[in-house]
Amino acid sequence: MTTNDRYSIFSILRQAWRGNTGWKPVWRDVAPKPAYDVVIVGGGGHGLATAYYLASQYGRRRIAVVEKGWIGSGNVGRNTTIIRSNYLLPGNVPFYELSMKLWEGLEQDINYNAMVSQRGVLNLYHSDAQRDAYARRGNAMRLHGVDAELLDAAKVRRLVPFLDFENARFPIRGGLLQRRGGTVRHDAVAWGYARAADRLGVDIIQNCEVIGIRVDGGRAMGLDTSRGYIGARQIGVSVAGSSSRVAAMAGLRLPIESHVLQAFVSEAVKPFVGGVVTFGAGHFYISQSDKGGLVFGGDIDGYNSYAQRGNLPVMEDVCEGGMALMPRLGRVRMLRQWGGLVDMSMDGSPIIDRTPVEGLYLNAGWCYGGFKATPAAGLCFAHLLSCDEPHDVARGYRLDRFATGHAIDEKGMGPYPNLH
Amino acid sequence: MRINCPCCGERSLDEFVYYGDADLRRPDPQDEEAGAKFIAYVYERTNPSGFHRELWYHGLGCRTWIVAERDTRTHEIYATCRAVDGGAPEGAAADRERS
Repeated sequence: MTTNDRYSIFSILRQAWRGNTGWKPVWRDVAPKPAYDVVIVGGGGHGLATAYYLASQYGRRRIAVVEKGWIGSGNVGRNTTIIRSNYLLPGNVPFYELSMKLWEGLEQDINYNAMVSQRGVLNLYHSDAQRDAYARRGNAMRLHGVDAELLDAAKVRRLVPFLDFENARFPIRGGLLQRRGGTVRHDAVAWGYARAADRLGVDIIQNCEVIGIRVDGGRAMGLDTSRGYIGARQIGVSVAGSSSRVAAMAGLRLPIESHVLQAFVSEAVKPFVGGVVTFGAGHFYISQSDKGGLVFGGDIDGYNSYAQRGNLPVMEDVCEGGMALMPRLGRVRMLRQWGGLVDMSMDGSPIIDRTPVEGLYLNAGWCYGGFKATPAAGLCFAHLLSCDEPHDVARGYRLDRFATGHAIDEKGMGPYPNLH
Repeated sequence: MRINCPCCGERSLDEFVYYGDADLRRPDPQDEEAGAKFIAYVYERTNPSGFHRELWYHGLGCRTWIVAERDTRTHEIYATCRAVDGGAPEGAAADRERS
């Protein structure tokens, strides 16, 4: 083993004493074995978390994670790093609150600094109707034991005085604040889970693209990959953005469209945005990274895409939202912009479930909210893979919920994926 | 991405509204398996990586429904035609009008 030094203040001092020459690779570079008990497809945050919880919570062994590129090269490194559990519907709140609790203990659990920062998530409201909707949401959260505070304009002003409160069209009347929400260093989540899983014997196989799923008599037998055939008793597909492509290899058609979501970072400026702020009159949210860059985003582009890049109209729309909320943004230059592929499901909620193919399990449909769900999605998917039944907080995330009339439509848009 | 409207010529993306897969066909309600077929029609998508026939509505222009053939990996548009000429599914536009 090359990776099993525990990180602590003593390990840092010891390495500093040696001129930092003794650090070892954080996870092993392994070649695939002929067969495993469980193979997770997709080395993103969710896949790595699943592997970690399979090994740590459910005592599973002979686990592999196969990843097309390098781990963390997909959505876990492309999001805007926000964590929150400010949901409304009963099918969602307990799940996201479990995720929040796992975030709160994550760094001790995996012995890795993921820079979990509970700096608060503030959703602004601009009208009486919107205040009432947020009061309802806040009450739903508090009934589920989640923290929520409804702020009036004066209290919002004390938190974020630089907003355009007297905007003629969308004056800011207050906001719903979840103080436990915040941001996490997203790459560190992938690396931390990878390291922790590796320490428990999980094989992380990079540059290994799945090109086929072998199904025999309605049962998944293994995976054809760019590095050869890998047999598997259970296969967990955790490839949000490309779920339809992988599921199609097993002959499945999913209630999902792939869309592109863009994100933006400005040049670094002195700290002034303390937490995460969202504009209620358009789709715009912003936070400031520890490096000083303003991280912001808005709507998905709204058409099917696998291109990992978006188009100008959405950039314009996002920047208009930013200018309406925070006019001083106009003096800041945009530094970077990128796109990620998101699984837009038919009700805006995810899927963690068995599939009609025995031995094949699906974790998909995360829309633009997969990052905050990483720990709970990993835990619930591991639970499903080990107990063959859904975790208590993920019972609503069934693949067949559209057929049975149990859609979880947080935004109330109906089966139009580009509107969720 | 710019879309070549058969009536107006090449126009900016922000004049258009996206509707999705142009090859979905509304099932026959009298079909014995109409229930399952409607679930598939409303909720399931092929969602291909590559060639995709899709419906766009030129809402801020001539208000024509358009079928575009586009590569979802590159956003390249190969061809466009009016939906009424291009075998658009009956009822899709009407659905949208009603919703």
